Amino acid sequence: MAISELPTSVETAAPRRRTAWQQFKRVARRQPLGVAGGAIVILMILMAIFADVIAPYDPTAMNYSAFTAPPGTEFWLGTDQMGRDVFSRIVHGARTAVFVGFVASIVGAGIGLVLGVGSAYFGGKIDLVFQRVMDIFMSFPLIIMALAMVAIFGTGVDKVIVAITIPFIPRCARVVRSTALSVREMPYVDAARSIGYSHTRIILRHMVPNVMAPFLIMITAFVGQAILLEASLSYLGLGVQEPTPAWGLMLQGGAELYAESAPWVAIFPGLAITLAVFGFNLFGDAVRDMLDPKLRSQ
Amino acid sequence: MHQYIIKRILMMIPTLFGAAVLVFFLMRAIPGDVCELRLAGTGATFDPDALRICQQELGLNEPIFLQFFSWIGGFFVGDFGTSMWTNQPIVSEISLRFQVSMQIALMATLVSIVISIPMGIISAVKRNTWVDYCVRGFSIAGIAMPSFWLGILIILGLLVGSQALYGEPWMPPINYVPIWVDPAENLAMLIWPALATGYRYSAVATRMTRSAMLEVLREDYVRTARAKGLVESVIVNRHALKNALLPVVTVIGIEFAFLMGGLVVTEQVFNLNGLGKLFVESVSNHDYTMTQALVMLVALIFVLTNFVVDLFYAWLDPRIRYS
Repeated sequence: MAISELPTSVETAAPRRRTAWQQFKRVARRQPLGVAGGAIVILMILMAIFADVIAPYDPTAMNYSAFTAPPGTEFWLGTDQMGRDVFSRIVHGARTAVFVGFVASIVGAGIGLVLGVGSAYFGGKIDLVFQRVMDIFMSFPLIIMALAMVAIFGTGVDKVIVAITIPFIPRCARVVRSTALSVREMPYVDAARSIGYSHTRIILRHMVPNVMAPFLIMITAFVGQAILLEASLSYLGLGVQEPTPAWGLMLQGGAELYAESAPWVAIFPGLAITLAVFGFNLFGDAVRDMLDPKLRSQ
Repeated sequence: MHQYIIKRILMMIPTLFGAAVLVFFLMRAIPGDVCELRLAGTGATFDPDALRICQQELGLNEPIFLQFFSWIGGFFVGDFGTSMWTNQPIVSEISLRFQVSMQIALMATLVSIVISIPMGIISAVKRNTWVDYCVRGFSIAGIAMPSFWLGILIILGLLVGSQALYGEPWMPPINYVPIWVDPAENLAMLIWPALATGYRYSAVATRMTRSAMLEVLREDYVRTARAKGLVESVIVNRHALKNALLPVVTVIGIEFAFLMGGLVVTEQVFNLNGLGKLFVESVSNHDYTMTQALVMLVALIFVLTNFVVDLFYAWLDPRIRYS
């Protein structure tokens, strides 16, 4: 009989512990837009990972018998002026966008995290100088800063990532620093110092884990911006270069010229950018609301 | 107030100087030499003589700090150097295009004010109704939509629309005409980029107006106004809006400073010969002197806009002036 008693005891405990599905429903009720954004984010990531499987054609293959073919059963979203399948290029473009978006955001926010915490920890003159330098970096619009970086580093996927990462650093550092200032006053930091731990250890092991909330908020906020920046740079011809499929690049290749005769060439890549940025922004907003209710009104 | 103004002007100097240092040394951080890149950019192998002549022309063989100070010194006597691409003085290249970009920037700001303030108010007053959701959706879409794509869509819409209405496609004029020469022609050309940029920038201001209004509408004096039986429109427009506008003014001011970034892309779509296009060209042509000058111009616009916003703020809110 002892065995049959077991399920009942589990059942009585069940209402307190929510299943994953119940938890999801709770979040969905509170953050319907965030869940929608999350769905778009997952869709984009899946598209990026399984691009080779999803795309019906090679994104760089030119079909000489079908220049600017309209959308239909053969080419779902039509072909561009070089006879390349728009749908396949959008799917592969997701790979470029998601890759650039995540790498630039995580690296940029990561460097910003260490710099911001370091600046708050050391304080004094270091902090003051650091703040001024960050102010100067912040006095340029993201795209101007990114363009200046392109002028220095050049074009191509890897360089575009660098160009987008650098302007993110001060933006994250500033937010992280303000949280780290209060963490520095915590007794456990004093304790760590009195034990004689090194600065590096205190910063990395004791302070960094306690500023994770603003750090995660910044990462999620950055991804959408990074995707938009990459698209803008590529559109200007200063980002990702042919033949790598990228959404901004698809709009650059004479999309205006073909706007009337083949509007699908201009419409779908832009739709992809908008959808991706929309999804990442909604998701980011929801993450921010959940992690930091104080920021909600902003 | 005078003291406040002087203090604010003095505060601008370190930021501008810092920006100059940053730009100058970043540009010098390029692996290799500006001249090498420029000559290598032409494709053919270059001879060392050409390299030396180029370096001499640009003063790159001098010590780096001397170069920096002669560059900075030039600002004070109005010498911004010459473009490495066109060999024209930078001042004349920029002044040619300044007018176009400034007009779009001002019009875009106007567009964004006209869109954002009424929408923000409606959204706050009708909070959590379908009106509010529509406004918020509209503004979130504005942030997510790349302005170059919006530009392409506008051009497409104009083409298709004019085809349907007049039977022949119409495109905005291509040649720039100053507004005092032919206002109709000028507006027909520049209204579209202003709309594309302004819509994008209205999104942030709409959000700001909404949240500021929501905050103010909770204040005691609004409740008092309601209690004494004032009409709701008077409460919203006279009592709440005036107090909610402060943060909105800041946001719109900061956006104006950042408008330069938006113009970079929009001017490309509409093929306008403005500062944004010049910037993109100078980056792709490895025109370092021009890139430097334009980045400094952006920093100057940013600093000046912040100055004006602060003054406006101090004028609106006496507490700031006397603190």
